[in-house]
This record gives sequence, structure tokens and C-alpha cells, in this order.
Amino acid sequence: MAETVDMERMALETKAREQHAKLRRKHRVNAGIRYTILVIGAIIMLYPMLWLIGASFKTNSEIFTSIGIIPKRFDFTPYIKGWKTGTEYTFGTYFTNSFKILIPKVIFTVISCSLTAYGFARFDFPFKKQIFGLLISTLLLPQVVLRIPTYLLWKKFKLLDTHASLFLGSAFAVDGFFVFMLIQFFRGIPKELDESAIVDGCNSFEIFIWILLPLMKPALVSVALFQFMWTMNDFMGPLIYISSVEKYPVSIALKMCIDATSGTFEWNQVIAMSIIALLPSIILFFSAQKYFIEGITTTGIKG
Amino acid sequence: MNKKRSDYRGLLYITPWLIGFLVFTLYPFVASFVLSFTKYDILNPPKFVGLRNYVKMFTKDQDFKNSLLVTFKYVVMTVPLKLIFALLIAFILNFNLKGINFFRTAYYIPSILGGNVAIAVLWRFLFSASGGLVNQVIGLFGAGPVNWFGTPGPALFTLTILRIWQFGSAMVIFLAALQDIPQDLYDAAAVDGANKFTVFRKITVPLLTPVIFFNFVMQLIQAFQEFNAPYLITGGGPLKATYLLPVYIYDQSFQYYNMGYGSALSWVLFVIIMIFTLLIFKSSDYWVFYSDVGEGGK
Repeated sequence: MAETVDMERMALETKAREQHAKLRRKHRVNAGIRYTILVIGAIIMLYPMLWLIGASFKTNSEIFTSIGIIPKRFDFTPYIKGWKTGTEYTFGTYFTNSFKILIPKVIFTVISCSLTAYGFARFDFPFKKQIFGLLISTLLLPQVVLRIPTYLLWKKFKLLDTHASLFLGSAFAVDGFFVFMLIQFFRGIPKELDESAIVDGCNSFEIFIWILLPLMKPALVSVALFQFMWTMNDFMGPLIYISSVEKYPVSIALKMCIDATSGTFEWNQVIAMSIIALLPSIILFFSAQKYFIEGITTTGIKG
Repeated sequence: MNKKRSDYRGLLYITPWLIGFLVFTLYPFVASFVLSFTKYDILNPPKFVGLRNYVKMFTKDQDFKNSLLVTFKYVVMTVPLKLIFALLIAFILNFNLKGINFFRTAYYIPSILGGNVAIAVLWRFLFSASGGLVNQVIGLFGAGPVNWFGTPGPALFTLTILRIWQFGSAMVIFLAALQDIPQDLYDAAAVDGANKFTVFRKITVPLLTPVIFFNFVMQLIQAFQEFNAPYLITGGGPLKATYLLPVYIYDQSFQYYNMGYGSALSWVLFVIIMIFTLLIFKSSDYWVFYSDVGEGGK
């Protein structure tokens, strides 16, 4: 009797062990497949960008004859010549212009959006539901329909062809996306904090400045970073509003480079300047990646 | 909110946004509608022309018809594929993999940088007919060089690829949603003896539908408004095969200064986008699953 039980148990144990091994094998195969797909996918995604970086050091004839990334000889002249541009200004001017738009825009956005989000997240006021509905509807509103009157508005304000036309709007929290994102973050901060501060005699603005903003730092950094990226990428805004070359930001200057070189053969200079144009965004992305990911996962709107 | 602090301080805090909304959203919105019934070239005051802009658009304007068609093609080709890639990679990444952060970054970068003019430059070189990277690569497989920007179909293809290449942000959102699905649900299903496919169909997919819905709507709205890529990479050509509606609107409004006609065109695009958005919202009753996780989620 005891023997059969033992044998049965042994049989069961071997079976279990076999099953376990099978599962592990399956798991390993599974992981192998996943890695293979991911690696191939990542190569396809990133190779073009790496190729471009390599191409910026190549000679013009080498660019179009080699698939490899590493150039035969590192040549920095495309960078030096490209930086000078065919115009009377260097890329230094265009970068300065970009920053003249970027810096006020980012600061205005952070201030106006956090104030607005605070209002929505912590207070009850008449028609709050309806007003919040309006805010949400602006997220879905195709901007294309606003473009002409906005242009005419800047014209009326005599602000066409100024950098102000590109950043003044952000003083009024025009990017509803950021307001929404910050509201979500505010909701995550317990209200008890506000209440204990009231007991300590803080008014609502002091609570905002001294209690909530410090806790919101990661969210505010996300807002600043996204706004930086989007402004750096913005092409249509400056295309419509800015007409003098000396006020061009990098994005328009780059477009000008393409046009200027389409007849000639100075491709490596255009490529080199594209890399330079991407550099601020790339550096920012790698130094603050987690903020980007946090930012889009709390609201999940765009990127 | 345990104690109602119904007061006007809230209104004070949202004042910046309120002004912005009135001046930079509501006013332009109404104004472009009004302008769409006028002829306006900036130099002379707007002249009321009734429905003439709209009539012209739908009866005589071949460019409009072409642009509309091209835009639909572009949206139909990009939006589903972008979402599918985003979902697929998110599923593959949602596993105890070493190096998940590396891969997430690798797939995310293109969507962060993709809107930059520099990427448009890159695209022009990648698909360059004589010796662009793509032609070099397909040459390895014996395929002849394709004149990407010189042929209508391939030209539109280069633009769709660029958009699909930027699936990373949607993927990050999907991945976060996948990682939010409580392990208990999977454990409970395992106890009940559910197989993998059932778990996927009955747990993973339903819980993802709100995010799919959300990404779907946002991607659609953005795809319909694509301007940079066709403007910078193909210039709308060849033979207007990549002349997306936003580029046509730009040309009418800011090249020819037909502000009235431009407004009418942008209103048509707006209405088209709204119809699609509403259709998706209406359909959501049938396929979007809302759990009782309370308002706002996390």
C-alpha cells in the first residue's frame, strides 16, 4: 500500500518537474521571440537617425554611396560651413531667436497653467462644470480653424513679425493640454494639506505658492519640457507670423537652408545643421526622460 | 470635496485661462465662421458673399476635391497602423524583460522629435531617389531604385511612414495602461482555469479599450491636420498627390491671401473632423469598457 503511494507521489513529482521545465523552456523561447522582435524593431526605428548623424561628417559623394554609419574620415567642415549659412546671419542668430521665443513661452506657460489648474482643482465656483467642459473641448478642437483669425488678431495688435506673437498667448494658458495635465496632478495631492495650512493661517495664494507648488515640481518640469519640445518643433507659427530673416527661429532657418541648397550639392551642411537643430531636444530628452513619460501617461494626450 | 468652498476665488485663479479662451479660442472660432461667408484679401474690407465659398468648393474646385481625397487616404493609412504598432510593441514590452527602459526609449524618441523640421530634412535624404538610404537598402535585395518623390503613390507612402514611425507616444500610453491592470485579475483568472487567449480577450482588451478609444480620437484629430511633413518633404507633389488639405488651406490663406475662402476650407475640415470624432464617441457605447474605478482614474 505504502509503496504504491510512494510510487504515485514520485510519478507526480517527475511530472510536475517536467511540466515546470517545459514552462521554463516556453518562457525562455517566448522571451527570445520578444527580444528578437524588439531588437529588429529598434534598429529599424533608430538606424535612419544614426545614419543621418554619420552622414553629417561624410563627404557629399560618400553620403549617397554608403549604407554604413561610420564615415571614412570625420570631417567637421559641414558643421563649420553650415553654421555660417548662405545668409548674412549665422545659426547663432537663429538659435538666439528660438530662445527668445522659448524662454518667455515656457515661463508664461508654467505660471498661467498652474494658476488655472489650481483654480479648477481646488475651488468650487459658479458654472464650474460647464467651464471645465469648455476646457476639455479645447483639447479636441482642431487648431486649423483658429489660424486665420488669430493671424488677423496679431496683425490688429501690430505684433506680426515679432517674437511676442509666438509667446504672448501662453501667458493666458492657451495650451489646455497643460492645464488638464496639472489638474490631474493637483488631484493627486491630498486636500488635508490645504486644510491644515488654512488652520495655520495661510490664505489660498500662500497655500498655492508654499505648499502645493513645491509638491508639483515634477509636473511643472514636465510642462516646461513638453512646451520646450513643441516650441522647438513649431514650424507653422513662425512660418505665418515671422517675415524678416533676422527674426527667424531655427525651424524656419533650416527650411531656408533646404531651399537654398536644393539647387547646389551641399547636402552634408543641411544634414549637419539638422543635427544641431535637434541637439537641444535630444539633450533635454535624455536628461529628463522620466518627466516626459510621466507627463504623457497622466494625461495621455500627445507627444 | 468634503466642504463646499463655493466662492469666486476659483474664478480669479482661472482668469488667465478665461481671457485666453475668449480671445484666442472662442473669438477666432466664431470669426473664422463669419469670415467663411466673405471674400477677404486683407487689403480690402471683407465682403459678404453668402454661401458662395462653399458652393465653389464643392462644385468647381478640383484642388479641394483632390486634397480631400488625399487627406482621407493619408488618415486611413496612418491612424490604424500607428495604433496597431503602438499596441503591438506595448504588449511585447509588457513582460518581465531586462532592458525594458532602453527599448521604451528607443521607440519613444521618434515621436518626441518627429515634429521637428530637422526630421523632415532627414526624410528627404532617406528617400532620395539617387542613393538615399532606403534605395540603397532595397538595392541590396535587388529591387530597383524607386523615385520616391517623383511618383504619386510612393510620395504619399513616405509621408505615411513618417507618421507611423512616430507611434512611440501612443505606445507609452498603452504600456502604462497595461501595467496598471491589477495582477489580481490575472491571478483570479488563472485560478478559474482561464487560458491565455481567454485572459487576453476578457481582461486585457476590455481594460485597454478606454485608452484605445482615447488614442484613436487624438490620433485622428492630429492626422487630419498634418501640415509639416507634406509642406516640407514633398511640397504637396508630385501632381498634388500629397497635397493634404491643411497645406491647401495654408496656400489659400497665406500664399494667395484668400482669407474668406481659406476660412471656409478650414471650417469644412473642422466639420469633417468633428463628424469622425462624434462617430467614434457614439460607437464607444458598443466597444469601450468602463470599469467602476471612480472619476479621473489615477
